[in-house]
Amino acid sequence: MTISRRDALKTALLAAGSTLAAPAIMRQAALGADPIKVVGIHDASGGLDIYGQPMIACLDFAVDEANAAGGLLGRPIELINYDPQSNIQLYTQFATQAATKDKAAVVHGGITSASREAIRPILDRFKTLYFYNTQYEGGVCDRNIFCTGSTPAQNVNKLVPYVQKHWGKNVYIVAADYNYGQITSKWITKYVREGGGQVLSVDFFPLDVTNFGPAISKIQAAKPDAVISALVGGAHISFYRQWAAAGLKKTIPIASTTFGGGNESVLLTPEEGDGIVSAFSYFQEIDTPENKAFLEKFHAKMGPKAPYLGAELAMRTYIGFNLWAEGVKRAKSIDRMAVIKALESGISMDTPAGKTTLDPKTHHTTVDVFVAECANHGFKVLETFPQQPPLDTASVCDLAAHPNEAKQYEVDVKI
Amino acid sequence: MDYAVVVALQIVSGVATLVIVSLGLAVVFGMMRVINLAHGEFLMLGGYTAILASGQGVNLWIAILVLPPIAVGIIGAVVERVLIRRLYGRMIDTMLATWGLSLAFIGGVTMLFGNSVTGISAPLGSFEVGRFHVAGYDLFLVAASVAMSLAIWIVLKFTPAGLIARGTMQNAEMAAALGVPPDRVYALTFTAGAALSGLAGGLIAPVSGVLPTMGTAYIAKAFITVITGGAAMLTGTLVASGLLGSVLTIFTFLTTPVFGEVALLVVAIVLLRLLPRGITGRFLRRAL
Repeated sequence: MTISRRDALKTALLAAGSTLAAPAIMRQAALGADPIKVVGIHDASGGLDIYGQPMIACLDFAVDEANAAGGLLGRPIELINYDPQSNIQLYTQFATQAATKDKAAVVHGGITSASREAIRPILDRFKTLYFYNTQYEGGVCDRNIFCTGSTPAQNVNKLVPYVQKHWGKNVYIVAADYNYGQITSKWITKYVREGGGQVLSVDFFPLDVTNFGPAISKIQAAKPDAVISALVGGAHISFYRQWAAAGLKKTIPIASTTFGGGNESVLLTPEEGDGIVSAFSYFQEIDTPENKAFLEKFHAKMGPKAPYLGAELAMRTYIGFNLWAEGVKRAKSIDRMAVIKALESGISMDTPAGKTTLDPKTHHTTVDVFVAECANHGFKVLETFPQQPPLDTASVCDLAAHPNEAKQYEVDVKI
Repeated sequence: MDYAVVVALQIVSGVATLVIVSLGLAVVFGMMRVINLAHGEFLMLGGYTAILASGQGVNLWIAILVLPPIAVGIIGAVVERVLIRRLYGRMIDTMLATWGLSLAFIGGVTMLFGNSVTGISAPLGSFEVGRFHVAGYDLFLVAASVAMSLAIWIVLKFTPAGLIARGTMQNAEMAAALGVPPDRVYALTFTAGAALSGLAGGLIAPVSGVLPTMGTAYIAKAFITVITGGAAMLTGTLVASGLLGSVLTIFTFLTTPVFGEVALLVVAIVLLRLLPRGITGRFLRRAL
């Protein structure tokens, strides 16, 4: 991009104009009539839309619900949704826009860990509160961010023992080639070794790989008891198809830390998908009165266009918004520090996914974890582990003692 | 031993996939010099035709082999009539227009069908090579790529239509002077290219799955193959697919998929540095 003199002049004028306008905006805020701005940044298009679209639907629903109940602090909530199109560059652009142009009270968004790490420093710098509502590899230690999804000590820690108990000790890992896959495969390795097994090999795949033929041959040559997948996005779903097409489903079962986070189970036929096991802090199928009541309202509101919620990503987005709203109510303000302090006062909430408690020291959540098996385009819950704390992040992060930390810790497992 | 057989099978099926996804582009770009950045979306539309038809209870083979080329052929004819026809000879404008078209197709399909249509499982089951299982559909794809190439060769070489098409692409004015309407030849050739892309989409639907964005995973490889192939569009595409497909698969086996793709790009770049007009710009120049 080149900046012409005219553009530079325009920018300067705009900047000057907005400086002059700032007192006017503040005065308006004091009147309390203008809406509170909430920004959502989720991929509504591109390869990650299989996760993004249900998340956006849930954020929309949560905001509508809050507005119907009278808004927050007597002010309506205005939701601004940006679509970064599965493109990291657009993430940084929209995060800057949310902080500087929209002056958002909070940003909910980011799906892949790569997108989170792209916008986290930006929102830190502009002092804009950030909620990341996706299950991820853990370790983020930053007072400006709240991570409401589950992490390896909660999900991988349940998935691996299930695999080793039912299928066998030795596994083969296939993972997406970016920070999520790299770090999660280390966690899987750690738990597999603790269970007395071996990781025969770890293969990483860029997000646009669709041909898994060579990988499938390699896995067969290694003869694992099970395959654990941390594959991400639309293109990677081909792995499960090609696995089934090679007739391997009956010989080597698959477990996954990501399968079901999007609409994988809907896209695959039952012959291809059934029997794949995953662990998340929510499945649309969990059988509780709160979940049934939520789904009834959600479907009444969205009609036939209601997306399948699958595993936790969409539900955590709904819960993430409500946790933030609770923080605002307690702080009686949308001021960033006031809301952070309120959220650190020990908020616990009954949600459709069970009780969710925000941990003040790590800004992560204690959640119920479910191990479930894909069955006929949906999931069948096999095991429930109530109230699992985020021990992985807690072992390295204490924001009460070190409030100025802003980094991501990585688990140290030698492979 | 059986491992060697399996690796060989993977190489052959990797090459076949590259041939299948590139042939439609070879006709449109290799013959007509139209840079069709919506090629990937033609594949995607073929894939959607296949899975929607099969979801409606249409016989699987008809859904994969018959309906996608017809549907995408019709779409291609419309696109040529309203868009491409106005842009012949204006390469940059064509790129921009077809890129816009590709975005419009992705958006349109997402709006119409969403991104969650259940796919089709690969038919034909699997067979065993020693202790390895291999999908039967992989072999079917190999057969399909051979059949598609043969069909194109026969049409271009032995039918009057093929002769007219080749003549018009070589020298449109001379063809017009001889009483051939170049407009109609261009339109039909583009339609045929689109139909081939549609067929490719139908063929790969059971292995790759179908999403509105699936085209993006194939378009770059298709262009690299056709450009590396060079002037003789059929021979070039086949030779380039053979070379690049083997490099990709062998390096994927030896290292990781990341280095497989790196190796493919390195080979393509080195080749184009040494042979700027593609492989068939230097060798096999008189081939089709």
